[in-house]
Amino acid sequence: MQLITDNQQMIYIVVLMIFLGIEVIGRVPSVLHTPLMSGANAIHGVVIIGAIIVMGKASDDNYLALVLGFLSVVLGTLNVVGGFVVTDRMLEMFKKKK
Amino acid sequence: MQLHILTICYIIGSVTFILGLKMLSNPLTARKGNLIAAGGMTIAILGTIFLYETEDGQGLHNYLWIFSGLIIGAVIGTLAAKKVKMTAMPEMVSLFNGMGGACAALISAVEFDHVYREYRLDMNSFADVVPFGHYFTISAGAIIGSVSFAGSVIAWGKLNGRIKDFSFNGQHIVNLIILGFVFGVAGFTYWTSSSVTNIWFLITLLSAFVYGVMFVLPIGGADMPVVISLLNSFTGVAAAFGGFLYNNKVMLTGGILVGAAGTLLTMLMCKAMNRSLQNVLIGSFGAKNAKSAAATTQGSYKEISLNDTATCLAYANKVMIVPGYGLAVAQAQHICHELEKNLEEKGVQVFYAIHPVAGRMPGHMNVLLAEADVSYDKLLEMEHANEEFKTADVVLILGANDVVNPAAKSDPSSPIYGMPILEVEQAKMVVVNKRSMKPGYAGIENDLFFRPKTSMLFGDAKKVLQQLVNEIKNV
Repeated sequence: MQLITDNQQMIYIVVLMIFLGIEVIGRVPSVLHTPLMSGANAIHGVVIIGAIIVMGKASDDNYLALVLGFLSVVLGTLNVVGGFVVTDRMLEMFKKKK
Repeated sequence: MQLHILTICYIIGSVTFILGLKMLSNPLTARKGNLIAAGGMTIAILGTIFLYETEDGQGLHNYLWIFSGLIIGAVIGTLAAKKVKMTAMPEMVSLFNGMGGACAALISAVEFDHVYREYRLDMNSFADVVPFGHYFTISAGAIIGSVSFAGSVIAWGKLNGRIKDFSFNGQHIVNLIILGFVFGVAGFTYWTSSSVTNIWFLITLLSAFVYGVMFVLPIGGADMPVVISLLNSFTGVAAAFGGFLYNNKVMLTGGILVGAAGTLLTMLMCKAMNRSLQNVLIGSFGAKNAKSAAATTQGSYKEISLNDTATCLAYANKVMIVPGYGLAVAQAQHICHELEKNLEEKGVQVFYAIHPVAGRMPGHMNVLLAEADVSYDKLLEMEHANEEFKTADVVLILGANDVVNPAAKSDPSSPIYGMPILEVEQAKMVVVNKRSMKPGYAGIENDLFFRPKTSMLFGDAKKVLQQLVNEIKNV
């Protein structure tokens, strides 16, 4: 029980975000399904922030943390940068039609 | 002061994510929405690098490592995303999604190691020294991230044909057992008094990886977009657990937002195919007996020459084009547009009938034809197109197969039974362009090719269309 009280702020965010996430894309036309999936894919790349924190906190003699942290920074960046660029390329196709 | 600025950075990040998703779901604002979310992400990342402070007021170090990681990732990511062909985009998305999952799993692994090192000397079991919530967050992030990574890599392999469908009887029961094992080991790691909990944690990670592989392996290649979308929301949840771990609101917001939106999107995709998620995930087990049933319906088909096709098209009043994956592979969208213009000059009405899941991803055909400058109002959605077929003289099918397979309406044993299709047979004549008689992506025979109204025009879509354009000019 203590767990819930201690984290109530976070739990509120979770509950509200679930509703918001559903509400925000509720009326998407099927044409946009793939770009939207790709855009959402880029957004969850926010996990990179965790990777940066891990990396930045690792002490100099902790090679495991350094190597894994470095790897996770690379992977996270791939997710973010690749995700946004691919989405942009998909959406570029839409802009031409007038 | 620093921390307050960081908080503001995170708030900006969260707001741009919400705004970005909102704008991404409208064709007019989609591109801007993507850029806004990317901008917010940049602010949140830079803020973290320069302003983050640990509990004891220390800033981050190892800048060399961080920046080289960022640069390597950014360069490879940009190159990969720029170089990839339009047809290979869904598998690219899947791969990027897997990277995010792996990232989340690695973060959890490092955090576990951190806790393990700190308490190793004087602990009886993890449960004695680490609060359950903290351990739960770590292992949930690790498990979900690992599943998402493994699943995405398999989905990527399936889409580019490196990995074949694989299923055996009772596979979903085996999968449930594996899943139970994952949870079991995760719990054991927490409560055991073993001195090698790190090895148990590794087993948790590995078995979650195996579950991810087994989860995606039996699902048919044609359903991969749905699976990728589902794994996408998994990674979102894994990222959110990272947010819990560091009490980081922007990770939490972004992660949960994608988790919720991704789940809804998965269901919307299923709806576009008129199937339930359950049917997609475990429906593949019925596919075996369907194959034998379909194999018996072989018959003879008739071919049509380029010449005849050109004549039929040129003298028709209304032509409907049904594009499919074959058009995308052959990169024939531009020449297709030219054919359309040539026919219009001869007074033929031309429309495109777009099935929502034609190609490899929903909206694939729209993107492809938009690239070739095909006018938007020539693209008819399925319901509208099915009305128009009644008055069409010729239907030209370019590399589409499963989306016009009548078995979806008539054969309950077919794996695609129940999927709405383009009812091309209502037209007076059907010309099918394919490279060979091989069955389509879902691996099922198509009766349509053997029907009396249907004629086959074999060859690569681009070459055939080029020749058709030349012929039509001469008619």
